[in-house]
Amino acid sequence: MLSLLVRRTAQMLFVMAGISILVFLIFFATPGSDPASRIAGRNASPEVLAAVRHDFGLDRPLPVQYALMMQHLFITHDLTSFVNRGQRVIPEVIEAAPVTLSLVLGAAVFWVIGSIGIGVLAAATRDSVVDRLLMAAGLIGISMPVYWLGEIVNLVTQSRFHDTWLFSWVPPLGYTAFTEDPWLWFKTLLLPWMTLAILYIGLYGRVLRANLVEAMQEDYIRTARAKGLSESRILLHHALRTSLIAFVTLFGLDFGALVGGGALLTEVVFGLQGVGKLTYDALRNLDLPVIMATVMYASFFVVFANALVDITYATLDPRVRLA
Amino acid sequence: MEGALLDVRDLRVSFRTERGLLRAVDTISFRVDTHEIVGVVGESGSGKTVSLMSVMGLITDPNAVIEGSILYKGRELVGLSQRQLRSVRGSEIAMIFQDPMTALTPVYTIGWQIEEQIRAHLDLSRTQARRRAIELLGEVGIADPASAVDRFPHELSGGMRQRAFIAMALSCKPSLLIADEPTTALDVTVQAQILELLGKLRRDFGSSIIIVTHDLGVVAEIADRVMVMYAGRIVERVSKRDIFTRPWHPYTWGLHDSIPPLQGKKPHRLPSIPGSPPSLTSLPPGCAFSPRCRYRFDRCAERPALEGEEGHAAACHLSLEERARLYASRRREAP
Amino acid sequence: MTESPPAPSEPGQAYSGRVEPPAMGPWARALRLLAADRAAMLSLALLAMITALCLAAPLYATYVAHTDPFVSNVDGEITLRGKRVPVVQPSTEGLGLGSAPLGPTWEIGNFLLGADEQGRDIAARLLYGGRNSLLIAGASTVLCLVLAALTGLVAGFFGGFVDTVISRVLDVLWAFPIYLLAISLSIVLITKGFDIGPISISAGSLALPILIIGIVYVPYVARPIRGQVLSLKESEFVLAATALGVPAQRILLRDILPHVMTTLIVFVPLLMAINMLTESALSFLSIGVQPPDASWGTIIQDGTNLIYTRPMVAIAPGIAIVLTVLSLNLLGDGVRDALDPRSKLRLR
Repeated sequence: MLSLLVRRTAQMLFVMAGISILVFLIFFATPGSDPASRIAGRNASPEVLAAVRHDFGLDRPLPVQYALMMQHLFITHDLTSFVNRGQRVIPEVIEAAPVTLSLVLGAAVFWVIGSIGIGVLAAATRDSVVDRLLMAAGLIGISMPVYWLGEIVNLVTQSRFHDTWLFSWVPPLGYTAFTEDPWLWFKTLLLPWMTLAILYIGLYGRVLRANLVEAMQEDYIRTARAKGLSESRILLHHALRTSLIAFVTLFGLDFGALVGGGALLTEVVFGLQGVGKLTYDALRNLDLPVIMATVMYASFFVVFANALVDITYATLDPRVRLA
Repeated sequence: MEGALLDVRDLRVSFRTERGLLRAVDTISFRVDTHEIVGVVGESGSGKTVSLMSVMGLITDPNAVIEGSILYKGRELVGLSQRQLRSVRGSEIAMIFQDPMTALTPVYTIGWQIEEQIRAHLDLSRTQARRRAIELLGEVGIADPASAVDRFPHELSGGMRQRAFIAMALSCKPSLLIADEPTTALDVTVQAQILELLGKLRRDFGSSIIIVTHDLGVVAEIADRVMVMYAGRIVERVSKRDIFTRPWHPYTWGLHDSIPPLQGKKPHRLPSIPGSPPSLTSLPPGCAFSPRCRYRFDRCAERPALEGEEGHAAACHLSLEERARLYASRRREAP
Repeated sequence: MTESPPAPSEPGQAYSGRVEPPAMGPWARALRLLAADRAAMLSLALLAMITALCLAAPLYATYVAHTDPFVSNVDGEITLRGKRVPVVQPSTEGLGLGSAPLGPTWEIGNFLLGADEQGRDIAARLLYGGRNSLLIAGASTVLCLVLAALTGLVAGFFGGFVDTVISRVLDVLWAFPIYLLAISLSIVLITKGFDIGPISISAGSLALPILIIGIVYVPYVARPIRGQVLSLKESEFVLAATALGVPAQRILLRDILPHVMTTLIVFVPLLMAINMLTESALSFLSIGVQPPDASWGTIIQDGTNLIYTRPMVAIAPGIAIVLTVLSLNLLGDGVRDALDPRSKLRLR
């Protein structure tokens, strides 16, 4: 188990290093235009351009530039936005992080609970109307752009039906910290959580159902039946436990997509000032330092979360621990 | 005749398929008494596994049709609800399967799985169940049961896994144990140990055992009586000794001949039964074995009944004298 | 005394009187299965219809709607039920600032779905946008599959150092959250275009989203392909071919490629669905399709400001996306079931 931990951590660091190099290459080494003018933003004066060249060492060899970039990003934290006149980027990112974390972790909870519920229910009522309806709903969930769904949710809850008892509790768009007002925090995030989770509930509900149905054909299920166990115990303790393993593996992969894409779009649509919204604003303004920072920090977070998931996977599946 | 432990009468198991009705088990009858070990011999597709799975109602295919009567201790099992069957499974009748690697849930320790079985039928606390599990593992010959109980199935060797499986099956002291090819997936040396264990169980636990196998050697080792099945039908019912000294069915002769002889002249080529097992959706109208039978004649177009004497019966139209003559001439033939 | 038994017939001759139909080739069988899958066939029909409609965009714009959906039409007027109505009116809501474009008229050819803030016909824009969305989804899928097949085949087949290098690169690319990678590449390329040696792509070209989306999903496909090639390499028929002295290229082409083709074909509809969603997200973020071109994603972005007043502008393209992606997913399920009902490949 310990060797697994060490190996996985080493792998995680390797990947993080690789990602940082890739980000560096994309932003600094893509042929086509001068990185300085890209970073400095539109209408940059020659002095600013010169300052950028100096700060990032653009006249020095690539490895030095890489080192300088990493320093600005992680050590000195003094990366500044040129579009927003000297605004320190890293503190901005750190300040926006709790919003994104609240969104992402809450959505993950909904995602896991929702998809396990749907998967188990669909597998238990296999081939019935309930099963078909659930799978159809899941399929539709997978096919919707999350930002579009968010806009429709807003349309319904903020505008069209806002005055009905159904949605009058929905607060106006924007974020309130948990520390300020926990109940308001919850109410603000409830709809974004569900919107973000629908895509993944649909996907994972289907995958889990397929895994469960397959697991129920296995020999050990026949044994469990021969032991005189009830069908529900067999489904929940034997089939589900074994199927959760595959579930957890996939979870790690999609968590990255959730953070990188889904969360960003959801923050934009629901007016939550998280890292995603920050990135979005930077995209509209072509504020490259901000984008570099958010991409880097978000990617690292995802890689770290994946490593955590992998280690959980090892606890769930004893066969992996010895590997 | 007093009531048997298991009395199967006219059992028929069919499956509705796209290609028609598949008769996996075609009207078989047999009984198992207490303290008996009955062997069921046949090729794959002979219906041996299906008939025994239907004893416990383990056939979950919605296209399956089960008819006939299965009396266990006088109680009719055919037609029971799943809930009623659950009280029988594991506690009265237990089953062990061919490959213990795939037949045990990979994510739980064997101790956990044995405890689960115990607590499903007996009212014991966790600690009591665990103690019982360790006891059982010791009784089936696993060394250091106290640490084995916390191992996962993949951490044990094949032989130990099968022993653990047997321990689990016996945990509620079933009166009948059905063993479906318990040694097929194991090495030959381990096979012998497992068979010895099963024999010991009959002595110590008093359970009857039905052992399914395609290997006559296994039968020779521990069975008291043997049932030979072909294409879903019983073709011969015989005692262990008679199956080797005076078998009464051409199929059994064929099974015999394919065992390499220990003494005598080394055969040029190991004889095998010509042809291949029939497709169960397109069986011939009479004797199922006739297409492959050297001795078939026109009466074989009619299905033969299982006839004979007490303790020995076969389904063949050839007269007993004829069969004795043919068998003797086979023994004299150089292979 | 009984009759002497008749001479035995040929050994191995079963008694069956039935004749088995001749075996069908695997592709023919797969097509048969697919054709029998109602959901898949319905989806295919829907996709064909959507594609046809979108391809007919110029026809609709010119002959039916008589508008140019790319030209600002803020002062335009149309005839609605006999009356002349302005396409864009000043808004009476809120502070009186902003504009309220025409809502859906539900008359074909006459601003069927209404107008956007620039007074452009949404229905016509929807069709034109569909062309771009479909084109980008399709082209990026092809690009991705070609690159992934090459990468997976080379890595899996040649193994050793080549495989290690390729796998490490794929690992890093794979770990990079897809949308963030796409955003990074887009932001860098969208502004100034792409200019390496002989290849020059201008900033507003559709080739940029195609390129970016195509590259970003390469690890997603290359890894399963590599895995498949690795296991095929160990299979008996490949070992037999090697033992017979068949040269490596022939083994690759004749023995391994057909199986890989199956995987790729299953990926086509599924990847198209994913790519369409990715393109729409990038376009929504203004870093996908660039004006003056439109795609379903950009139209949703156009409709964001109008979501409470003229929701149809944002809703209509979303419905188009949902229908298309749903059909692609259903078709993808059908194709996968037809080609390998026992598929162990975990595709989503």
